Amino acid sequence: MSETISALNNAGFSGLVRIDETGLQGMITLRGDLSLATVKKVATTASGAAFPGQRQITVSDTGALAWMSPDELLILCPYEDVSDRLAKMTKSLGNTNALAVDVSDARAIFAISGEDARDVMAKLCPVDLHPEVFKPGEIRRTRLAQIAAAIWMEDDDTFRLICFRSVAQYAYDALKVAAAAGSAVGFHAAQDPA
Amino acid sequence: MSHRHSKSGRLTDGNKEISFTFNGKPLRGFEGDTLASALLANDQMLVGRSFKYHRPRGIVASGTEEPNALINMGEGARFEPNQRATTTELFDGLVARSQNHWPSLDFDVGGINASLSRLLPAGFYYKMFMYPRAFWKHVYEPFIRQSAGLGQAPKEGDADTYEHFHAFTDVLVIGGGVAGLVAARAAAETGARVLVLEQSAHWGGRGPVDGGRIDDRPVDNFVETLVSDLSARANVTLRKRCMGAGVYDHGYALGYERLSDHAPDSNGPRHRLWRIRAKQIITATGAIERPLAFAGNDVPGVMLASAMRDYLVNYGVAPGQRIIVATNNDDAYRTAIELKKAGLDVLRILDARETGGGALMNQARQLGIRIDCGRAIAKVSGGKRVRKVQICAQIGAGGALEEVGCDAVAMSGGWSPAVHLWSHCGGKLLWDDTHAHFRPDPERPPTGADGKGFVLPAGSANGILSLDGIVPDAIQTGRDAAKAAGFRLRKAPEFSVVQNSEAPLEPVWLMPQEARVGLRAKAWLDYQNDVKVSDVQLAAQEGYESVEHTKRYTTLGMATDQGKLSNINGLATLANALGAPIPAVGTTTFRPPYSPISMGAIAGEARGSVFQPLRRTPMHEWHRQHNAEWEPVGHWRRPYAYPRTGETTHDAVMREVSNTRQNVGLLDASTLGKILVKGPDAGKFLDMLYTNMMSTLKPGKCRYGLMCSENGFLIDDGVVARIDDDTFLCHTTTGGADRIHAHMEEWLQTEWWDWKVYTANLTEQYAQIAVVGPKARELLDKMGGMDLSADSLKFMEWQDGQIGDFTARVYRISFSGELSFEIAVPASQGLAFWSELMKAGQGLGVMPYGTEALHIMRAEKGFIMIGDETDGTVIPQDLGLNWAISKKKEDYLGKRAQQRDHMTDPTRWKLVGLETLDGSVLPDGAYAVAVGTNANGQRNTQGRVTSTYHSPTLSKGIAMGLVLHGPDRMDEVLEFPGTDGKTYQARIVDPVFYDKDGEKQNV
Amino acid sequence: MLTLQCPYCGVQADETELSAGGEAHIERHGPGSSDEAFQEYLFSRENPFGVHFERWRHSHGCGKWFHAARNTVTLEVYGTYPAQTTEPPADIRKRISGVAPGWTWRFLG
Repeated sequence: MSETISALNNAGFSGLVRIDETGLQGMITLRGDLSLATVKKVATTASGAAFPGQRQITVSDTGALAWMSPDELLILCPYEDVSDRLAKMTKSLGNTNALAVDVSDARAIFAISGEDARDVMAKLCPVDLHPEVFKPGEIRRTRLAQIAAAIWMEDDDTFRLICFRSVAQYAYDALKVAAAAGSAVGFHAAQDPA
Repeated sequence: MSHRHSKSGRLTDGNKEISFTFNGKPLRGFEGDTLASALLANDQMLVGRSFKYHRPRGIVASGTEEPNALINMGEGARFEPNQRATTTELFDGLVARSQNHWPSLDFDVGGINASLSRLLPAGFYYKMFMYPRAFWKHVYEPFIRQSAGLGQAPKEGDADTYEHFHAFTDVLVIGGGVAGLVAARAAAETGARVLVLEQSAHWGGRGPVDGGRIDDRPVDNFVETLVSDLSARANVTLRKRCMGAGVYDHGYALGYERLSDHAPDSNGPRHRLWRIRAKQIITATGAIERPLAFAGNDVPGVMLASAMRDYLVNYGVAPGQRIIVATNNDDAYRTAIELKKAGLDVLRILDARETGGGALMNQARQLGIRIDCGRAIAKVSGGKRVRKVQICAQIGAGGALEEVGCDAVAMSGGWSPAVHLWSHCGGKLLWDDTHAHFRPDPERPPTGADGKGFVLPAGSANGILSLDGIVPDAIQTGRDAAKAAGFRLRKAPEFSVVQNSEAPLEPVWLMPQEARVGLRAKAWLDYQNDVKVSDVQLAAQEGYESVEHTKRYTTLGMATDQGKLSNINGLATLANALGAPIPAVGTTTFRPPYSPISMGAIAGEARGSVFQPLRRTPMHEWHRQHNAEWEPVGHWRRPYAYPRTGETTHDAVMREVSNTRQNVGLLDASTLGKILVKGPDAGKFLDMLYTNMMSTLKPGKCRYGLMCSENGFLIDDGVVARIDDDTFLCHTTTGGADRIHAHMEEWLQTEWWDWKVYTANLTEQYAQIAVVGPKARELLDKMGGMDLSADSLKFMEWQDGQIGDFTARVYRISFSGELSFEIAVPASQGLAFWSELMKAGQGLGVMPYGTEALHIMRAEKGFIMIGDETDGTVIPQDLGLNWAISKKKEDYLGKRAQQRDHMTDPTRWKLVGLETLDGSVLPDGAYAVAVGTNANGQRNTQGRVTSTYHSPTLSKGIAMGLVLHGPDRMDEVLEFPGTDGKTYQARIVDPVFYDKDGEKQNV
Repeated sequence: MLTLQCPYCGVQADETELSAGGEAHIERHGPGSSDEAFQEYLFSRENPFGVHFERWRHSHGCGKWFHAARNTVTLEVYGTYPAQTTEPPADIRKRISGVAPGWTWRFLG
């Protein structure tokens, strides 16, 4: 294969929090009737993760499975595994009315980590990120400043963010502004009973 | 003179001196001062000039309600006009300048307006500038523009940064005075998440200055304990220097946090805009003291009684040595008592009430202060500072009984609850006769998504003016809010309160009651905009009855303070003039923000590189390095052309076109929309979306298609490729990708939800490169890989395969008329693929070309461009595209509309080519004129230019346009007057200028 | 600035996540329809002072279109429901009748 580069080629920044574009990530969109056993099976097999409920994301050793809408799932897997997994999915789906397609190159993915991660994200997203409200395991499609994004938490201090590839630089720049030195808010931290 | 009376103010540190300048003059203040208190400490009574008459203006208030002390703050990239000195915390090195005067604050030419004030009454501008009409443009408008505005606009970009913050909370408390803090405590007790905003740098509001005891402690001591209690709670967030700016629908509120105005050298953002969603909002915003309307109440040295008390207690600053107090209520006695206790000369308390006040009056009398009941100020004299006061009876026309020399006047006309935030989202008010003020009507709160009230007023913002009423009201409000937010109540906190009781006030809207004309014309209501009692009375006389109309006619309350001091006095004056009760006149509408917030805070992070989300293709960086000039297409940045050293943009475009026609060119076409449509009903669905038949397209083939809205108008075009039996890939225009994907989803979700179709927007999954020109195949052959010969891949076919090391999908389609391959590779390989193509094409003369070359080549071929030939009113039939409209289909989006009379009208302008007689380029958008004129005296028109270029291929100007009966008028010459004064003559020709038979693309 | 609950993903969405889509429950008229019916379909819209039914899209969320029954004056939201229906569900109509007796809207009331 020829030279492949992610949107920002693994750019990173340290401020209030650590921001990393984490490189190429395999992503497969699966649209279909999520109540069908075939669709469920194809999704869980491809991701190795349990079938997620509404707005949930489940993880496995090699990937994750996210509920994106009532008829859409996102399968995360290693970038190099996409074509294999997609081929298997297509085969298993057979004549089922569904759409499975590689979207890995259409997206960029970031990690935002640190104690102030909730506050940094709250500067850009109109979402209640209180620790008792937004927890690891939930995925939220929303806006990051002026662009569409999907966010979830890997652990209590780490967000993952997916946006379109063309606006990766914008997302990165906006996150850097939100994480600029001296801009701590102390809102979610202050409310954390711990 | 005003002076520093004591080094130990409640908020100032007399051991920490700091320096600042005012109008270039170096001055000193203490840490903890506001700019206003420091100016007063330096005997700077005169701080500005009023808007209309340029009257001398002094500090009248101590908080955000201040109308006069507006200053230009800072310098250069930190310059900001119209900052209130009363809410500006002093810092070392602060630079302030007064505004609205020339040449200097002390000597101001504009002050001449004041002596003309009788010629500048209410509505002056409306009356004066009406006639003659011809004067508008060159006389009146320049004059108005020159005199408009107070401060100067900054000349440099803002050096500071700003940000937003989204906060969610159960209970938002706006105001950190005693009521706000007590309410917060009561709400927090239930476990609710509570966010408290206080606009100033200090907790407690007026409480610590106004006295009384809570829980057997002085108020400031109680506040300190309460704040530390709240700070320790995990469910409470306290923010100082954060003003509740506005309350909006469904519990949305804005907080305006000023992080570094008081410490400009600190790191981080200057302001933060809190975008808050609260289940319940408590407005504990306090009350604002009203001035008294007497002649000369605007002379520097006349101050609100509460402000004078604040300056003395909080900052150790006395606004004068010999002071007169005028009041209609008991609260002003507190000021007199404090002044007297501080050893200042309180010459007189003039109490407009015949019987005077209660316990506080007795206390003042015991201190030896002379109290005159039923007395009023007839007139204050002095230019730039108070010199003397004429005293008269309140009942009467102002015949002076006595004249007393003094250097400051404290006035109090009673208190109005700050109901702004209650009212922003529709909370209604009721008139309270006891206190003569409007207060929130608890029966008519702003309502939220559930139809129930979501704002609760507390304390003096609720019309409760005594501490022993405020505290229990705040407890109840805090509990009510928590309960309404869904929390179970536990035991309520209890606090004992001691405060002097007060005698009722007596409304005084004019002092003296029957003041004669000369006095009324000097009795100010709105200090900043120079509106006097006489102006409002004149407006009433001239027939203005609505308070909203009067406001605009007189400009009452329209200044930057939005009438915080003037509104109630103004509408009471209007009510009296109309002989109507005050509540019948009502208030003007309260609109956010409560007081002005910075533009930077509103913009937040959206500046510089994050002003808007620019979209970049995978090859963006290569284009940048090769000197691309950018064309914005939606949020995308596409290379317009790649000028070389010494080359103009025009020359570059000409070179790019010629090279592509002669050799081979590369176009970054990644921005084109690519939407996958899959399912058993995909063909049926696309037949509805496109005007032509897509369901008959064979796998492996491509077809150009048109999309219309239900109105029949052309909205997008592009090539559809059939991937397999139930899968299509639809290409859209660059600007259309998101819109058309949304359009498809809308019809699938809301109309044909039983159709078995799924879509996915794959626009960004692929980098797409057009390899165009007679040597295109040769170039690709050099890369190696799949067979791209004319027999293997025919025109309007696509294939998957390998090109060099790249897995690619190749579409043989052409938008230039040349042999052309559009090749899609995964976006992450786009840059590598592009670079390899450039390398492989070295010997073939390969060059990149930009969007302008693309446009010229398509125009040479007579291809339409969405957005040029279409503007939302054009149907495909106008563009000679009938061949792309299926006659067989019963239905498609837009079909019915295209059958309407107007759409089938033979006089609709139709697409033609246009060729200037002299080879010049027609002006874009120019109209072809016809004989005669229309009803407005303008030339009649018979067509317009939609696209126009210089064609390097044909060495002349070529254009397309829509012309009346155009296709039937070949070779006719039309006239197009340009905005450059020239008239262009152009011949109607066929729109296809180049290779009409399509031989070049089909090799 | 409104909040509406998206009936598909359950999010209480801020208005900045949503796009407004005009009036709900408009019946499409295509080829064969009368000029009057087509004109009504294309151009006639309610502009009520009170109860209204609207289309919204959770455009910065799950991407789904849904309907909202709300009051244009008080901003009360009576409910949101999926777009795959030609009229509001009975429970929402009942709720509206409870708080706004006598309401009418186009073919409803």
